[in-house]
Amino acid sequence: MNSDALIGRLFDFSDYGALLELVHNSLYAGALLGLVGGLVGVFVVTRDLPFAVHGISELSFAGAAAALLLGVNVVVGSLLGSVLAAVLFGVLGVRARHHNSAIGVLMPFGLGLGVLFLALYQGRAANKFGLLTGQIVAVDNPQLLALAIIASVVVVALAVMWRPLLFASVDPELAMARGVPVRALSPVFMLVLGLGVAMSVQVVGALLVLALLVTPAAAAVQVTSSPFLAPVLSVVFATTAVVGGTLLALGASIPISPYVTTVSFAIYLACRVVARVRRPARRADPAAAREPVAAGTP
Amino acid sequence: MTAAAAPALRLHRASLAFGERRLWSDLDLEVSPGEFVAVLGANGAGKTSLLKVVLGQQKLAGGTVEVAGRPARRGGRGIGYVPQQKGLEPSTPLRARDFVRLGLDGHRWGPLLPNRAATRRVDAALAAVGATAYADAPVGRLSGGEQQRLRVAQSIISDPALLLCDEPLLSLDLHHQQAVSALVDRCRRESSAAVLFITHDVNPVLPFVDRVLYLAGGRFRIGPPEEVMTSETLTSLYGSPVEVVHSGGRVLVVGGAAPSPHPHPHPGAHAVADSSPRTQPPAPQPSRR
Repeated sequence: MNSDALIGRLFDFSDYGALLELVHNSLYAGALLGLVGGLVGVFVVTRDLPFAVHGISELSFAGAAAALLLGVNVVVGSLLGSVLAAVLFGVLGVRARHHNSAIGVLMPFGLGLGVLFLALYQGRAANKFGLLTGQIVAVDNPQLLALAIIASVVVVALAVMWRPLLFASVDPELAMARGVPVRALSPVFMLVLGLGVAMSVQVVGALLVLALLVTPAAAAVQVTSSPFLAPVLSVVFATTAVVGGTLLALGASIPISPYVTTVSFAIYLACRVVARVRRPARRADPAAAREPVAAGTP
Repeated sequence: MTAAAAPALRLHRASLAFGERRLWSDLDLEVSPGEFVAVLGANGAGKTSLLKVVLGQQKLAGGTVEVAGRPARRGGRGIGYVPQQKGLEPSTPLRARDFVRLGLDGHRWGPLLPNRAATRRVDAALAAVGATAYADAPVGRLSGGEQQRLRVAQSIISDPALLLCDEPLLSLDLHHQQAVSALVDRCRRESSAAVLFITHDVNPVLPFVDRVLYLAGGRFRIGPPEEVMTSETLTSLYGSPVEVVHSGGRVLVVGGAAPSPHPHPHPGAHAVADSSPRTQPPAPQPSRR
């Protein structure tokens, strides 16, 4: 294939207006996903849970594949898979370091189940591939409604527990001493995370969920440490990645996910560059030693 | 605040046991507002468990514990807590001032929103610990000494009746050990909060300590440091020969570790057995088997 043909396959903006008409539901879904992914991502990064995101997405994929095979709603399937994964991870380990081996054990099992269900499925191949690598097929109204409901649940739950969850994520011991229900918040957050993953699987596919639930937040904390600005930037980055990726993918004959992940990664790179330029090795150790001594030191 | 008559902390005939193993029993301790009590003792003597009892995270096997006149309970108000220094992740999405604010309202439900009243109190707490210069710096990128100052600010911001300090000097260099100790001392003088200061090395806090609670082998001794930190007292407490050496204004405790099959290079139960002021971390403690 020559390079012009390749570009033509990657980007094709002919009949753009007409295509836009077809995918406006997808764009709304993308915006919802950006909101949820950006907010949840802040805690995924602070609580060091990217591996859990990956693990949940594989089980979510298995759930969606099972739903496809059984001919029931795929959103419900991926939701069940996610929630089951979140509950299992929550039960098997409370902190990130305990999670990891549990996740490593369950993830391949989930992926294997998903492959099995897809192999048995006789329907359109695009449906199969879409669950793993994302799809731009028009999101229909019932599906958009389902996504909107899940998104509202996630946003409300996060709004209620934001402050104690942040406290518990940054310093669990201290939070516990102050009466924050640290142990209860952990599985509750896993459930919220499961809902967010189930949404993302619909759009970017199971393999690339990290691009929405980790990368935008990781980029945001590169350029700000303000707890007010970080979630805002994270949401902006995630939304830019999904909606921007969808717009770029329009008309192309390949799945949406490479566009979304590339935009997401480009934002991350840009943020790293900004961080590097702004913070040229802020404090060397000698600076810390010059810190003034409090009055009264013997 | 409760009536001035109520002690900041009151343990009455308190005992603590894990199954068959009794850590200590019949512990009576009243800490008055503004008093500085150091808790010393060998590893495994129940220092941290004592702290958990006061925080309401650990139930007593017998006796009572009250903080500012009320039974200790989980998440109870009136306690400021300064834990061991442990580095925060560089990616933590908090500035120094946000980290301090968590001590004020981090436990409340709802989103974290800018709040002018909270900002005023945070500014005051930051000023009190001399951390104003880096108030807006990312907390995860500050040095251990700076983070520990912030933890002191975080603990005093809620005007507690009792400051619980759990080895706050661990992994700080000598300079910061002195600075943080002096800071805790100044805070209790200015706010008349009582201080319960758990430490394996009494020296950094020796100038400020009113009384020492020394836990060892299921027994304890409470009193002014010059009474407790003597060869006689500690020898009878440990039931094995312990020598307390005063050297250059420092107190060194030699011996006193539980009989160990392997002799340790530093036999001290808790003291830093060297004279160099350049020591970075405190000498390692003899580990429990």
